[in-house]
Amino acid sequence: MADEYEFEIKRKDESGKVYYSTYKVPKDKISTVLEGLLYIKENLDQSLSFRYSCRMEICGSCGMEIDGKPRMACSTIVEDLKKDHIKIEPLKHYKVIRDLVVDIDPFFDKYREVKPYIIRDDDGKYDKELPQTPEQFHEYANFAMCIKCGLCMAACPIEGSDPNYLGPAPLAAAWRYIADNRDQGAKYRVEVVDGEEGTSRCHFAGECTEVCPKGVDPSFAIQKLRRTALKIEIASIFGGR
Amino acid sequence: MFIENGRFNSLTTINLRTGDFTVFQGKAIVFAAGGAGRLYQFSTYAHSVSGDGDAIAYRAGIPLKDMEFIQFHPTGLVPSGILITEGARADGGYLLNGEKKRFMQAYAPNKLEKASRDVVSRAIMWEIEAGRGAKGEYGDMEYVYLDLRHMADVLDERLPMITEIAKKFNGIDAHTELIPVHPATHYTMGGIDSNVKTTTDYSGIFAAGENACVSIHGANRLGSNSTNECLALGNVAGVSAAKYAMEHDIPDLVVSNVDAEEKRIWDDLLKRNGGENVAKIREDLRNNMDKNVGIFRDANGLNTALKNIKSYKERYEKISIQDKSSTFNMELEWALEVGFMLDLAEIITVGAIMRTESRGAHYRKDYPNRDDENFLKHTIATYTKDGPKITYKPVVITKWQPTVRTY
Repeated sequence: MADEYEFEIKRKDESGKVYYSTYKVPKDKISTVLEGLLYIKENLDQSLSFRYSCRMEICGSCGMEIDGKPRMACSTIVEDLKKDHIKIEPLKHYKVIRDLVVDIDPFFDKYREVKPYIIRDDDGKYDKELPQTPEQFHEYANFAMCIKCGLCMAACPIEGSDPNYLGPAPLAAAWRYIADNRDQGAKYRVEVVDGEEGTSRCHFAGECTEVCPKGVDPSFAIQKLRRTALKIEIASIFGGR
Repeated sequence: MFIENGRFNSLTTINLRTGDFTVFQGKAIVFAAGGAGRLYQFSTYAHSVSGDGDAIAYRAGIPLKDMEFIQFHPTGLVPSGILITEGARADGGYLLNGEKKRFMQAYAPNKLEKASRDVVSRAIMWEIEAGRGAKGEYGDMEYVYLDLRHMADVLDERLPMITEIAKKFNGIDAHTELIPVHPATHYTMGGIDSNVKTTTDYSGIFAAGENACVSIHGANRLGSNSTNECLALGNVAGVSAAKYAMEHDIPDLVVSNVDAEEKRIWDDLLKRNGGENVAKIREDLRNNMDKNVGIFRDANGLNTALKNIKSYKERYEKISIQDKSSTFNMELEWALEVGFMLDLAEIITVGAIMRTESRGAHYRKDYPNRDDENFLKHTIATYTKDGPKITYKPVVITKWQPTVRTY
């Protein structure tokens, strides 16, 4: 094994020109892919651009295609990839702004559509605490782990063919709030979630769940959403809410 | 940021995505840009927390308060500095030295591992200084161990983040293995001189969170108290700024201010061509802060630190920004940040030199005792062209009298 890794990085400059740059990164100086990128930027090429901040898989900024798969640069240990030549590209299904930086606005727009916050019939004007048992907490806890990195959107095959599809993270967020016993907003979310670009587009390829760095299971959330939507529709036929 | 006639006037910004230079005129502004922890190399902070909010306020003429009080959290994961929560010790975790022996008995016989952050951080550093640190697996860095093995059966339920982090970043199973830890920069007690109403000496300028220095933390923040600072005072700042904005008009823009700032960036900063790499200056600065303005401080180290900071400032005059793009120019962003960091490093170091006592997180080896007679007062740093002007302000004591801290 060599003393250096080769990072082969897909570039795009502001004129739109696309090319690849390859850099040698000493193995003893870095552990994660993000540390490798910072090493390159600090020592070899000041023009390389990428997003990053927390370096501990919380902020969700450094998603990219690493060795052919959407991953977080900060929590991908280079050694674990078991190769010396690492190919790094921007996340698929997003417009590239520059180098590894992609436009995440459309993703966040979709996220907002599902109303990712607690909705109350009393408009939040309650005067007692809203209690929650550990069992009730665990109903949604897994889905609350989402860091909005958008890796699942890059992995989802439907996102590739239909950019209007809401996608795994927004749908998982819809379920995170519907499954919360304090929330009463299911009736508003169902319209969006059960619409033309909602759960019905999902083929259950399961790629989203596979790539999630935080162990969130969007494909399970989508199944739950379909059942809930059906229940609400049946109830509305018989005049209930 | 520009202040005119004692009042907020406008703020200039660069849109990272487009490179556009944009001016925001406004009635009020809320500073909530966090602390300055990335002035240090070994830090629990996100990379983006470089103290910009403090420095922008300082350069505009707002005094910064108590900047020498930097908190070091005892358990930063080696080598990344990722935070291993206090909960690990609160729930019963042990600290072991390089000989795999518990050592807190010697430093805090009653509270042991549960002593306050500054006490535990110093204890770890004393163990390392006495040659009882662990070494080997992570380069030159010496460290101690966090031992959670005896509580393996409750780890997944009580500390799931810790087991996940240890596994993901270090390949360590906390149920059966020891976690390497070292004190890491964690919180900036100082900040914009403000009060519990979140106002400053200038009208229309509000501050909240770590960016502010209301002094709810004194010289040493207690765990989780940053949450009330964010939630309670963040709310106060938002409501107060909105109320202020409803009652005032937008002041007239002083175009010459804006032109001067545009020139500073495009005609000066971007055209400097002395060959200095901003990232290298930043790395040297961070190592200097770790070594000389860290957990242990003394006159020698602090004076060396100040001399070094002045030399970094000279090098900063000679930077060359290689990246000439408008779109997502991170190198320009880094250059602006390093400029801020150099100013703040100077303030922290000068404040630490002048505070010849030990208090909370500020520990002087040459002055190990607290000196309430001379130093029960806030350090105030005000911008001048030649460096910070230091003055002092009395500490307002209400319910709790200062007492001797014993653990």
